[in-house]
Amino acid sequence: MSKYYVNKFLFTVDRDPELLRRYKEDPRSLVASWEQSIGPKLNDAEISTINSLTDAEREALVNHDYVALFEMGAHFFLSLTIFIAIYDEDYMAKSGPLSFQREFAEKLKHWTGKDYPTIALWQAAAR
Amino acid sequence: MATLAAVLATTHHPFYLKATTMPPEQQMPQAAEWKRKVEAYRETLTRAKPDILVMVGADHFHQFFLDNYPTFLIGKAPRYDATFYNEEREFGIPKYVLEGHEELSNFMHQGLMDRGFDFAFSHELKLDHSIICPIITTRPDADLPVVPIYTNIFAPPLPSPKRFWDLGRAIREIIDEFPSDKRIAAVGSGHLSLELGGPRQFKETGPDPEFDRKAIEWLSTGNIEEILANVTHESMSASGNATHGFMDLILMMGIAGPIPTAYHDNLDLFHTMEAYFTWYPEGTAA
Repeated sequence: MSKYYVNKFLFTVDRDPELLRRYKEDPRSLVASWEQSIGPKLNDAEISTINSLTDAEREALVNHDYVALFEMGAHFFLSLTIFIAIYDEDYMAKSGPLSFQREFAEKLKHWTGKDYPTIALWQAAAR
Repeated sequence: MATLAAVLATTHHPFYLKATTMPPEQQMPQAAEWKRKVEAYRETLTRAKPDILVMVGADHFHQFFLDNYPTFLIGKAPRYDATFYNEEREFGIPKYVLEGHEELSNFMHQGLMDRGFDFAFSHELKLDHSIICPIITTRPDADLPVVPIYTNIFAPPLPSPKRFWDLGRAIREIIDEFPSDKRIAAVGSGHLSLELGGPRQFKETGPDPEFDRKAIEWLSTGNIEEILANVTHESMSASGNATHGFMDLILMMGIAGPIPTAYHDNLDLFHTMEAYFTWYPEGTAA
């Protein structure tokens, strides 16, 4: 499991309008090309060889599955921001302001009153 | 020596600008009240006649990520771009360029190192909404040089609440020792109880109104003992998963000292309690 790499996906896609568009329109294709050519980049010159997504992480990203991502301990800010970017406008037009954000909360309501899965990375590594 | 003209601790609601500048018929019912409160708060900074702003915030994975996330960082550049693409997209915040103040940045950095705070530093720092939101609310002309300080309230492990208080105290000593006749104001932003990307997000109030009420009481009365006795990383998580931004408000009170505010106000908005605090530690603008 690589919480770091899931977060890296969310971080690098959210900040790039073109990647974000592709993630909205064809997530499976974007996740595949991200794993090939974007995820491994340490910077413009260097490649990092040490990370990979698990099947569950890949599927969660492909399915825009923010509930699964929450339960894996993906960072809440990255996850909220990127899915607002993808869904907020369409929900707004259909159901009014904050309707996406409230549906997002509703789908996580089974976590109310419980300790959330941690966003800390080191605890994931110890599991 | 420099004068500490004012210390401001504020929540930073990224939608303030959008909410108060969209066509009136589309505005939320509280927009006018929100604007009035923010403008009254702005006056507490204007009245202090600052020459330089020490700005405290936290990078929300805009320039910094988990490959290299600083616990405490100071900007040392001659000027700073601000507002990232995804903040423009989501919040409608415009881009800015703020002047820096290299002399105070350098003095501050050395003073922090001398006091045991071994800061990371950046000579090419683009500021995010944690600093630009308070510029928009308290100094919208963005006409003063800034010294930006970033803290980690975002990517665990986080420093303790006590460490934020102690850092504030250290910043205060350094401002007091800065050999200059300038008037310095410290403006920092954070949160009260806040939930993002979790089941308690975007409700009618913040996730923990009881914590918000107590936090406002503690900050407005300068009661650091109660804060340190009651606020832990775990208690903040219980109040909302993004509540740790409260520690930047503790830091700001550390700059002011354990004294009552000269001004405080709050506004119960959807999703969050907004709160505004101003101290005049030297009594200069009271």
